[in-house]
Formats: sequence, structure tokens, C-alpha cells
Amino acid sequence: MQVEQIAIFLENRAGRLAEITSTLAENGINIRALSLADTADFGILRLIVNDVDKASQILKDHGFTVGRTEVLVVEVPDQPGGLAGALSAINKARLNIEYMYAFSQRSGESGLIIFRFDDQEAAVKVFQEAGLRILNGEEVYAI
Amino acid sequence: MILNDHETMPREELRALQLERLQKLVARVYDKVPYYRGKMDEAGVKPEDIRVLEDIRHLPFTTKEDLRQNYPFGLFTVPMDDIVRLHASSGTTGKPTVVGYTKEDIKLWAGLMARSLSAAGVTSKDIIQNAYGYGLFTGGLGAHYGAEELGATVIPISGGQTKRQITIMRDFGSTVLLSTPSYAMNLAEVMIESGVDPAALPLRVGVFGAEPWSEGMRHDLEKRLRIKAIDIYGLSEIIGPGVAVECIEEQNGLHIFEDHFLPEIVDQNTFEPLPIGETGELVFTTLTKTAFPVIRYRTKDISRLNATPCSCGRTMLRMPKVSGRTDDMLIIRGVNVFPSQIEQVLMSIEGVEPHYLIIVDRQGAMDTMEVQVEVSENIFSDEIKDMVSITKHIQADIKDLIGSTCKITLVEPKTIKRSEGKAQRVIDKRKI
Repeated sequence: MQVEQIAIFLENRAGRLAEITSTLAENGINIRALSLADTADFGILRLIVNDVDKASQILKDHGFTVGRTEVLVVEVPDQPGGLAGALSAINKARLNIEYMYAFSQRSGESGLIIFRFDDQEAAVKVFQEAGLRILNGEEVYAI
Repeated sequence: MILNDHETMPREELRALQLERLQKLVARVYDKVPYYRGKMDEAGVKPEDIRVLEDIRHLPFTTKEDLRQNYPFGLFTVPMDDIVRLHASSGTTGKPTVVGYTKEDIKLWAGLMARSLSAAGVTSKDIIQNAYGYGLFTGGLGAHYGAEELGATVIPISGGQTKRQITIMRDFGSTVLLSTPSYAMNLAEVMIESGVDPAALPLRVGVFGAEPWSEGMRHDLEKRLRIKAIDIYGLSEIIGPGVAVECIEEQNGLHIFEDHFLPEIVDQNTFEPLPIGETGELVFTTLTKTAFPVIRYRTKDISRLNATPCSCGRTMLRMPKVSGRTDDMLIIRGVNVFPSQIEQVLMSIEGVEPHYLIIVDRQGAMDTMEVQVEVSENIFSDEIKDMVSITKHIQADIKDLIGSTCKITLVEPKTIKRSEGKAQRVIDKRKI
């Protein structure tokens, strides 16, 4: 049910992001989705990739600090109100979103939202009750 | 193990021995070294004025400045013919200071270093990897001669070449590591990275010195390397390593080899001698060295003396771990702080790596301090709020120590330069 995301610690220095992406490219890793959270001094890059084990090992070998976290990837209709429906269900259940980011699929029929909750299991239930589809790891890595 | 009977001498006998040696020493330097004679005459004190140990307070101090003024050989008491070895300090803050040894001095030093290793639990059966730098620095050769004197097997590998150190440590089965604590940390890190499990090595003791280090660093080194980490103290102006050492029984304060080095603690401002137990500047008089004896040498190290009997049986006074030389002391907005105190704060926070850099600067009239800390997997989180809370935690603990808020910068792993000998922990931009 849950999808593994890798997170990388980044100093705010020129060229660090490019180093990560080219390192992954050289090793044939495809990035499915990406988000960068930043403060004035540092950033946290979050990635969904096609091969989690390989990508995190490669980045570690290149001296980056890498963490792995489980996230939920939820499919919402790619139309106005698609995301709003999902969020209002979460809101009603009073669940806290730690962070989220989105990407839309090539087909244009649905968007995918990546969520991290303080209570992941409760969120799974809420999405299921709201009739939203949660993607599993294989599906996401293979997109 | 206790190597020499003097180490357990009753205090009264020891004091008698110290007085006898002190009187001889003062008479000899007065006779042989014009500079000392001049200073004693100026202070109005003659060798025969030393009647009891406490009379030492009438003798003038010797400082690094005195050594510099007599650069290179001005304070030697013997002709150069009798000198068999020279060592010198790095001279980063001015002219280097040069120290000389006669054959007897080298023997004495080897004996003291052997005692130190023995106190650290090292025996003739050990294989000692000596990663102190060989050369003008007293650490390498000082430890080397002591290890041989003890009858152990010495690997004179010197500092650096970290990967090779690890290969040799594994292949030769080193049981003892001699190095600076920061270099030991570097070794531990590279060891784990290269897939060598410290627990699978026969290494069991580390004797670390030549730079200040915190209790937190000790625990970390002991955990990472699966060893007992022992603190050793010395400075080239006195003899080199082997002035004081912790015993493996207690690892709580360093026993000073008082039969050869007479310690005093003096007030940092008035330079008046302080009673046992009070904190001040550590001052040493070498009682038995021939070529280059020093009288009341001001070490600039802050410490105190502890006369509590020790379970190891040594009667020699102990001094707690030195937190730093006054030269290393930072004054941040009027508050004195040693880098090792910052280290202690960092090491007491779970998951924080022992790699840090302190950057001091001045903005307008205000001192600023930034502490760079490497982000390891142990403290990394994919959530900003967790990372910010770690920096806040460190910031608050340092504020408790120095009273002002410093900036904590999280940096990527390996961005802080690893030590090959003495670690650079501070960049003080106010001085550049």
C-alpha cells in the first residue's frame, strides 16, 4: 500500500541538485516525482524513483545523507475539485499532513498526490472510505 | 600495571625526593644558564633559598616567550656535543621552540612513556600501532621509544595514510593505537566505510593525546572502536608525551609523574600559587632532565590537582582532562569558552557526529559564532521541522554554556576536513 520515497539532505550550495540528478542519470535511475523543501540554510530533496535501493546506495556512495520514508500515493481525478475532494476527507478525519506534492500522469485523466501523514494508517482508511485509489509501489516505480 | 616503585611512594617520601631534586636542579641551572641566573638575580633569589618545596614560589616563571628569546639553544645546560636529539614545536604562532635531549634524557623519557603505556594497560605482549607523527613533533618518537622500552612490538606507521593504517591494523593484529583522538575518529570512520568491523579486530586500547578532547568524544571512540580510550598528557617544553596519564583502572584524571615533574597550579591573573583542588594554570618544573630543564614553565593549560587516593594504587596527584590551552580559548561576547566544551555539548546529543567546525567572526561590535555540524543518517529526517528542531536543540545547549545564541549550520557529510594529526576545530575570522 505504501510507496518508498528517498530524501536527501542538501546544503544550499550551487550545483548540488545538478550533481544528484546527473549521478542518478549516469546510473540509469529515472525520477518519477520530486519535491524540494528548503530553508535559508539547507534543503531536503524528496524523490520517487524507479529503483529505490539502487538510487539510495548510489547517492550514499557519493557522500550524500539519504533517508527512506514511506509515503502514500493517491490517485485523484485530473479536473477542478479533484484534489479538494481528497483533502476535505482528510480534514474531516482531522489528520495532519506533514507534506505533500503532486504530479500529473501522461494520460491527463488523473493526477497523483504524494502524501506524508503523521498517521499513515489512518490516512489509508480515510482515502479508501472516500473511494480514492491508493497506488502500490510497483505501480508507482513503473510509471 | 605499575612499572616503577616511585609511582606508589608515600607522599612524604616523594616530597623529600622532590625537594632534593629541585635543589640540585636550581643550583645547576643557576650555574650553567646565564639567562636563568639573570632572572633569578633580578628576582633576588639564590639557589640556597630553596629550603622547602614551597620555596619554589620565589623562583621566576619560564614562559614560551623566554624560550623564543633563547632560540634555538640558549637554555641548554650542556654543550651541543652532549645533545643527541632535537625536537621543535610547529611555531604556528611565532618562532618555533626547540628542545634538546642528552642520552640520559632520552632514556628517562622512554622510561616515563613506558610507565604511561603500562598505566594504560599496555604490556610487552602488545602490538602497538604508533600513529603519532614522527619528526620534529615529540609525539611519534616519544611514544616509540617508550613502547620499545616496555618491550612491546611497535609499528612506526606515523600519521596519515588512513586506508593503509587500517590494512596494517587488520593484517598485523594491532592491539594498541597511539594517536590524536581526532585522528582515531577519522580512522574509525574510514574503517566502517571500508567494511572493516572494529569489533572483529584485536584492537583493545587507545592512548590518545596531543590535543584537547571531551568525555563525549571518549565515549564515542570507545563505542566505535570497541576499545578503552586513555588520555595521555605532555608537552614538548616539558619532555613530550609521558608527563601524565590516566590509569586504566579509573580513567578519571591523569596521574602526574611527580618524581620527575613538579606540578603547581597558579592563579590565571595574579600567578600566585593556589592550593590543591583549585583551578588555574598548570605550571611544571622538570626535576630530572639534563639538557633542557625548565623551571616553573607556564603551560597555559587550565587544570587542577586532585589528591584523592586512586584505586590503582598510585600516590601521584591527578589532574582532570585538560579542556584546552588558554591559547585555544575563545572569548565570545566576553565569555570564555573552549572548543572542547562545544564538543561536549555536541557529543551529548544523540546522533550528532563528532565532526564539527567553529567559526568565530565579528559583525560590528558583536562577536558571532557559527557551529557547523555534519548531518548523518542518524539525525537526518525528510521533514524540515525535525531538522530545525535539532538545530534549535544544539543552539539551546550551547546558549546554556556561553550565554549567547550561536548559529548552527547543518552541512553535508564529509564537508568538514578530517584530522590527520591535530584537528582544526576553530576558524577565528576576527584574527585574520
